Amino acid sequence: MEFKDYYEIMGVKKDATQDEIKRAYRKLARKYHPDVSKEPDAEKRFKEVGEAYEVLKDPEKRAAYDQLGTNYKAGEDFRPPPGWDQGFEFHGGDFTGADASGFSDFFEQLFGRGFSYSSGASRGGAEYHTRGNDTHAKILIDLEDAYHGANKTMTLKHTELGPDGRPQVKERTLNVRIPKGVRQGQHLRLAKQGGAGIGKGEAGDLFLEIQFKPHPYYHIEGKDVYLDLPLAPWEAALGAKIKAPTPTGPVDLKIPPGSAAGRKLRLKGKGIPGKQPGDLYVILQIALPPADTESAKQAYREFEKAVPFNPRASLGV
Amino acid sequence: MTKQMMSLLSGDVLEDNMEITLAELCRICRLPAERVFELVEEGIAEPLGQDPQYWRFQGISVLRVRCALRLEHDLGINTAGAALVLDLLDEIETMRTRLNRFENLG
Repeated sequence: MEFKDYYEIMGVKKDATQDEIKRAYRKLARKYHPDVSKEPDAEKRFKEVGEAYEVLKDPEKRAAYDQLGTNYKAGEDFRPPPGWDQGFEFHGGDFTGADASGFSDFFEQLFGRGFSYSSGASRGGAEYHTRGNDTHAKILIDLEDAYHGANKTMTLKHTELGPDGRPQVKERTLNVRIPKGVRQGQHLRLAKQGGAGIGKGEAGDLFLEIQFKPHPYYHIEGKDVYLDLPLAPWEAALGAKIKAPTPTGPVDLKIPPGSAAGRKLRLKGKGIPGKQPGDLYVILQIALPPADTESAKQAYREFEKAVPFNPRASLGV
Repeated sequence: MTKQMMSLLSGDVLEDNMEITLAELCRICRLPAERVFELVEEGIAEPLGQDPQYWRFQGISVLRVRCALRLEHDLGINTAGAALVLDLLDEIETMRTRLNRFENLG
């Protein structure tokens, strides 16, 4: 078991006052709160900080921890010396707010557990018959899945209490129907696929947040889809009829003469389908033909002679 | 893997075609109705309909309410603060999506 340096986790000195510890906690809690933070390991850090605060904010636990702490460094192998907590009175199981179920082995060894079993009951469920927790996960889909609907297989890890009462990580595979018309950030509720109930309580629900895999050329905003479409300079200048890809297959697109780069063409109703389908926006880009042959260079020179043009006129130079 | 695990699961899209009553929202979020009234007052959940007896909430309200409760509990903020955080998170999400599009240009 690794020793955890709670002071280091909280970024405070060993002699920090209770007020300083509270301030450090508030700051880190905001930074790593999983609902707010975009840090990749936010959830882990948030739990760590919560655990550290659970110990340091309680003068009794802090004093007991301090007594150990002087001889260990973070990450070092640690076993609590026998009788380490003698002379300290913990108000057994009285964890003051945090959900201790995610705390480390290190914490459990020192301060025990059992809190996580009572928490369900204390939050208003009937004793020993509590509905399981709702669980959350993300599911990655392709843009095409939102256009046509799809069946997706996904593997989820979850923690279950094993026969010995210790949490075990288990994997399960789900086959999920993705309905047509789903959008980024929407949630799919799969009834009773969440955490197992306690006693006769039924299982919680599983909430899947829809996330699109990045697509090489489409971008999605809500129900609208954007495509950057490159044009040759002459197509943009003279107008043209060209082929453009869409998620439902290529279409013929008429480019009006004199189209500048950045011009948006709207293909109504070609976005993500639904009662009110989104639109597909084609954003025109102008590609530069390479001047890598003598004839191409010659053509550019003639173009320059034929068309007087200062692209920086608006910059005053 | 057993066969049962692989049977096809279908769900409701919370944002689209799922509506719940006040009683259901209270049950799912394990909240008394008075707390839900507070959350509605701050715009965290936005019901359709006049009389609370006939209120209908979008499924997404469940997630917004839960997120607000977590924020209140973990960060020590009040309901108005949680409502502000939720609104700002929505705004950030919209901007991130747009930013992604422009960063990937060219």
